[in-house]
Amino acid sequence: MTAQAAPAALEVRGVHKAYGAQRVLDGVDLTVPPGQVTVILGPSGSGKSTLLRVINHLERPDAGHVILGGELIGVRRHGDRLKELGERAILRQRSRIGFVFQNFNLFPHLTVLENVAAAPVATGQLGRREAQEQARGLLDRVGLADRAGAYPRQLSGGQQQRVAIARALALRPGIVLFDEPTSALDPELVGEVLSVIKGLATGGTTLVVVTHEIGFAREVADHVVFLDGGRIVEQGPPAVVLDHPRHPRTKEFLSRVL
Amino acid sequence: MTEHSLPALAAGTAPAPTAEPPPPTDAVPAAQRVIPLRHPRRWVATAVVLVLLAQIVHGLAANRFYQWDRFAYWFMRPVITDGLLITLQVTVYSALLGLAGGILLALGRLSGNPVLRVVSWLYVWLFRSVPLIVVLLFLYNFSALYQSLSLGVPFGPAFVHFDESRLATDTAVAVVGLSLNEAAYAAEVVRAGILSVDQGQHEAAASLGLPRRYQFTRIVFPQALRAIVPAYVNQLIGLVKSTSLVFYVSLLDLFGTVQSMGSTYPGDIVPLLLVATVWYVILTSAVSVVQFYVERHYSRGALRSVPPTPLQRLGAAVRELRARAGKEAAL
Repeated sequence: MTAQAAPAALEVRGVHKAYGAQRVLDGVDLTVPPGQVTVILGPSGSGKSTLLRVINHLERPDAGHVILGGELIGVRRHGDRLKELGERAILRQRSRIGFVFQNFNLFPHLTVLENVAAAPVATGQLGRREAQEQARGLLDRVGLADRAGAYPRQLSGGQQQRVAIARALALRPGIVLFDEPTSALDPELVGEVLSVIKGLATGGTTLVVVTHEIGFAREVADHVVFLDGGRIVEQGPPAVVLDHPRHPRTKEFLSRVL
Repeated sequence: MTEHSLPALAAGTAPAPTAEPPPPTDAVPAAQRVIPLRHPRRWVATAVVLVLLAQIVHGLAANRFYQWDRFAYWFMRPVITDGLLITLQVTVYSALLGLAGGILLALGRLSGNPVLRVVSWLYVWLFRSVPLIVVLLFLYNFSALYQSLSLGVPFGPAFVHFDESRLATDTAVAVVGLSLNEAAYAAEVVRAGILSVDQGQHEAAASLGLPRRYQFTRIVFPQALRAIVPAYVNQLIGLVKSTSLVFYVSLLDLFGTVQSMGSTYPGDIVPLLLVATVWYVILTSAVSVVQFYVERHYSRGALRSVPPTPLQRLGAAVRELRARAGKEAAL
């Protein structure tokens, strides 16, 4: 396989985000060491997705900052203040952050191979032929080498999500963010996607996964974070947070989903 | 990489029989062929419609009023085909310029810049409010209002200077007028198309760090075209017929030629109008055929399988008929 970029360390510091009067993130601090897998749990509306979208600057935080691999994301220091970067610089940073959506968001008018090969060519990382070669390798890795010529709508949900993961990996990101990657899938298709993510975890890529799959969190996560009302109310190793939660909100949530 | 088991796609794994099958009602053989419902009233309706159609065709052919011999005389006359060429020319230029302007206006209306948004909106509002004929006559009289046209700083020095009367040929006036009008409508068609693309597509393109221009030209616009093409073709067919208005700015297009020939040969006015009608029908039909194939092209990926072309369908029908005939001959 092609060389993967070195896993990056992620730091989230004091992130606040509100939509109008509604506070979605209320001072979130999070540290993810390179190569580690962090699973974010929490009830819907707790700000999980927004947190992920702040990390790759799909959403601009109102306050606070994100540092990935030692580099500020989406902003630059200007004296003692933070100024938002220009669009081009933000796009360049995003190309080093893999993002996998709940609804896959594959490009329906492009074949599976084109979906995976497009970004490295468009961002100037690889030539067309190299990108296609790499794409075939990635598709092989997610078990879809034989569907390279198909269009996304001709695939099952699980297959589409595996293509989406291959697409995110094509830019050789230092970190991959997963936003409820199995929530739109039939129960019988969840396993195939989770096993691909597990493969990434054992391969040493830094991962942040928002999910409701507690079993997956227990098995794969190095660190579990429980988010409620825009704050991290509890975090630690899965054995502690999942099996001996201390905070009442965590206890209540786990008793309902388990 | 890890092994992951794909779910087996074993088709037709029938559930194991649980109990005795229920006794068949009325003792019908299990695999009896089902005869589809007949529709006798459809045949009656078909007959009525066919009789009416035959009467119309007969009326068209037999009525002296239409003078089909004169129609045949005029149909391919050079004076008519010259007019047709002007119609085509004006249509093609205005369609292309109008679409280009429409895309820019749509981007303006969807832009984050409030000035661009307001100016684009004002443009669309203005040109949708003013009748096309007024725009054309305005432009036609433009050279009288402004002796010359110059490009430069307002109230400051001019960089480029045009002599209005030389710039404003009849064709140019027609094309500019139609394009200005077309752009306003095309802007809304394009904007609707762009809005029809799922927000997730924008987000996926942004999160992959694709350059802005690439996001629009390769991801969003191709998907928007699926919604844009049918609406814009509608617009285009309207344009083909709107070109008949350029007669009023003294451009002899198809309709203009027919009009002027009609006043020279008053006895031939009806066949001349028929000539124009048939040519307009041919033009719009050609546009519709192009539409079918363009839509088919942009449906790639949107449909699980692309529908067959009429030719492919005809081929399939012929093959089926032959197969059926062969089977009957064998019996």
